Formats: sequence, structure tokens, C-alpha cells
Amino acid sequence: MTEVWILVAVVGVTTVLFKAAGPVFLGGRALPARVQSVVDLLAPVMLTALVVTQTVGGDGELTFDARIPGVAAGAVAVWKRVPMVPAMVIAAVVTALARHLA
Amino acid sequence: MVTPEARPAPRVRDGVRAAIPLAPGPFVFGLSFGVLAEAAGVGAVAAVVMSATTFAGAAQFAAVSVLDAGGTALAAIMAAVFLNARYAAISVSVASIFPGGRFRRLAESQLIVDESWALSGRSGRFEWPILVGAGLLLYVLWVGSTALGTVVGGALEDPNALGLDAAFAVLFLALAVPYLRGRRALQAAALAAVITLALTPIAPGGVPIVAAAAACLLGLRR
Repeated sequence: MTEVWILVAVVGVTTVLFKAAGPVFLGGRALPARVQSVVDLLAPVMLTALVVTQTVGGDGELTFDARIPGVAAGAVAVWKRVPMVPAMVIAAVVTALARHLA
Repeated sequence: MVTPEARPAPRVRDGVRAAIPLAPGPFVFGLSFGVLAEAAGVGAVAAVVMSATTFAGAAQFAAVSVLDAGGTALAAIMAAVFLNARYAAISVSVASIFPGGRFRRLAESQLIVDESWALSGRSGRFEWPILVGAGLLLYVLWVGSTALGTVVGGALEDPNALGLDAAFAVLFLALAVPYLRGRRALQAAALAAVITLALTPIAPGGVPIVAAAAACLLGLRR
């Protein structure tokens, strides 16, 4: 439980500082170009890693299960520009059905 | 005399109105965060406090899903901090629109989230009232839906029977898509996927995600 509160505190404080970086600490200055290009890649990189673990992550192994057809269906929906919420529903329904039938 | 291209300066309430069409996304996102936080054993109070103090959906979701996967608090913190580092760049881009003294700017800068930032720049230059109005509506939605989600999550026997794990994967995918423009972002994302796949069978939970952050160093290449 204590660990959870440490997590909440540390993530909270760092996020406040990141969001305040421009308006409070840096004034009108820009980030150095090389820092900027690394920072720009953090979101796509971390989100992709999360897609992977959320799809095939298991307890210390890669697990290929009913999540695969659901995520595939959801990915097609995202690709076809279906908004986020319906795309999530499609993924959930396909996976739930696959689990039910298995 | 009003020039043809002049338009009235936006107000905070215009920002609130601009964010209304987006409302279902953050609402369901917050609801999902509450459900996942319950499933991961974070607890309702900590989940709501986190939404109120961090107010950054993807990072909160990342942290809790690392915990849910058996990762340590340290891995969860690192995943969230890496994800939120982008707010340093985002906040720099709108630094000049915040009026007032340090404390006011500190408080109002917390309303910067991806959606409020994107809306505030729609007219071609960043507008403070739009960012603050949209940010306020999204904040209320986010904290409220998190609270609701913890109630729903507490009542669910097994969220994964409903396919929520797959829905969360698609949520991350939908969040990633706008960032996957250009060859460099695609290469970095592909490398991150390879690192995650390679480390999942051999590293403890959460570590593959944190290690995947190294892929952003591709940004150092010229």
C-alpha cells in the first residue's frame, strides 16, 4: 500500500514539474534541439511498448490468447478511423466472445 | 472599425464548449483507469488522488498496468515519468500564453493535457482561454470518471472476462497513432516493440516497458 502512495506522489510531482517547465521555469526558451528530438519519440515508444505488453504480455512469458483477435479487430477499427471508444468496445467484445467460445 | 478577418477574442467558456465533442473519450478512459486501478489493487482513494494530481491519462494507465502485470513500483514510476516527459516539450510550446505571476502559471499549466493543448492551437496560434476552458472540463470529467470507474471495478468479478485487457491495448494503440507520423517515429516504435517482445520472457514485469524507452535515443541520430 505504501508503495502505491509513493508511486502517486512521485508521478504527481514529476508531472506537475513537466507541465510547468515551459510556463514557469523556462520562460520563453526552447528545449535544446537534441533533447527535443529524443523527447518527441518518448510517447510513441512507450505507447507502442504498452500495446505489446497489453496484447501478448504474460507472467514472465509471451502469451498468445483471446486478446489477439480482439486487438486485431480494434486495430483495424483504429486504422479505419473509428473513434477510440467504439474501437475499444469492438476489441472487448471480440475478446470476450473468443474467451466464451474457447 | 472591424477588419473582415477580426473575430472576437475567445473566452474560457469557448474552451469548455470546444472540449464537449471530445468528452466521451476521456470519460471512458477515466472509467477504464478506475476499473484497472481496482483490479491492480491500487485502491479507490489512491486512484482518484492520482487522477486529481497527475491528470495525464496515458502515464497513469501505464503505471497501473505495470503494477497489474506484477511490476515493481519503481518500474511503474519510470514508465509514467518517461511517458510524461513529453509534457516538458508541450508546455514549452505554450509557455508564452500564460498570464500572471509564477503561482498562477504553475496552477494553470496543470491544465495542459494532449487534448486541451491540441484544441488551443486550432486557430493557428495557441490561445490561453481555450486551453484553460478545455482543460477544466477535461479535469472534472477525468477525476469524476475515475471515481466512477473504481466503483464499477470493485463490482466486477473479472474485468478480463469482458475483454477489457484487449480494450486497453487498443486504447494505447489509439493514443499512439497520432505520434506515429514520420519515418523516425515509426522506426523508434518498431524498435520499442522488438525490445519489449525480446525482454518479456526473461525480465521481471514492467522492465520490458521501461527498457523500451531506450528506443527514443534514435532521436539523437542526425
